[in-house]
Amino acid sequence: MAAGTETRITIRLQREDFDAAAEAAKLTQGRTDVGALVTFTGICRGAEDGAPIAALTLEHYPDMAEAEIARHVEEACRRWPLFGVTVIHRFGRIPPGENIVLVVATSSHRQAAFAAAEFLMDYLKTRAPFWKQVESASGAQWVAAQDADDAAAARWRAPGENKDV
Amino acid sequence: MRILYFAWVRERIGKTDEVLDPPAGIKTVGDLVTWLAGRGEEYAHAFENPKIIRAAIDRVHVRPEAVIAGANEIAFFPPMTGG
Repeated sequence: MAAGTETRITIRLQREDFDAAAEAAKLTQGRTDVGALVTFTGICRGAEDGAPIAALTLEHYPDMAEAEIARHVEEACRRWPLFGVTVIHRFGRIPPGENIVLVVATSSHRQAAFAAAEFLMDYLKTRAPFWKQVESASGAQWVAAQDADDAAAARWRAPGENKDV
Repeated sequence: MRILYFAWVRERIGKTDEVLDPPAGIKTVGDLVTWLAGRGEEYAHAFENPKIIRAAIDRVHVRPEAVIAGANEIAFFPPMTGG
């Protein structure tokens, strides 16, 4: 394999914030085969259902989260011709305006990069063991899972694949 | 085996994890949920709606029919809300 053409995979779970632009730049540095780079950043909103919030707190199952994200990154690499994938998911207390999650995918062409980034986000929402709690004036409340997120994740399943696992 | 709890399942039970030795008749994850729910009010509250409880054996998602024999670590948690 020629220098600079390896598949670059980064998965990090961390309490501290990240720099999306700097993380994205690492996937193109020193190589000229990348023709498409898609970056998605999930950000903590300042209001839920019209009511202001003080912060989100994310609880996670550390070892499983890392393994589960790695399995989905491998799956993305099997489905699309990717040159690099970066997934960073924060945990702990996150105030409005701060980053929660980053997904970056690179490929030669845009279709693969867009699809892989969307696939990974849909799976992170429904399968990665993270739980959000909203902190507001009325106290702390766990966020309920959204049917729309399950439906979004279901789009990526192979026909006949069991939906319950 | 080590049993772990997360999010509101953890809050309702009042502990993050514990080591338990379920009786021989407890074969599956579903059996384990039923057995746990009978251990006290806090467990009954956590498992009052077993359909929405998710489980993982040794850090892999499983269904209620999954056999628990040989498991080191079984986790119970609500539907996930990451991303």
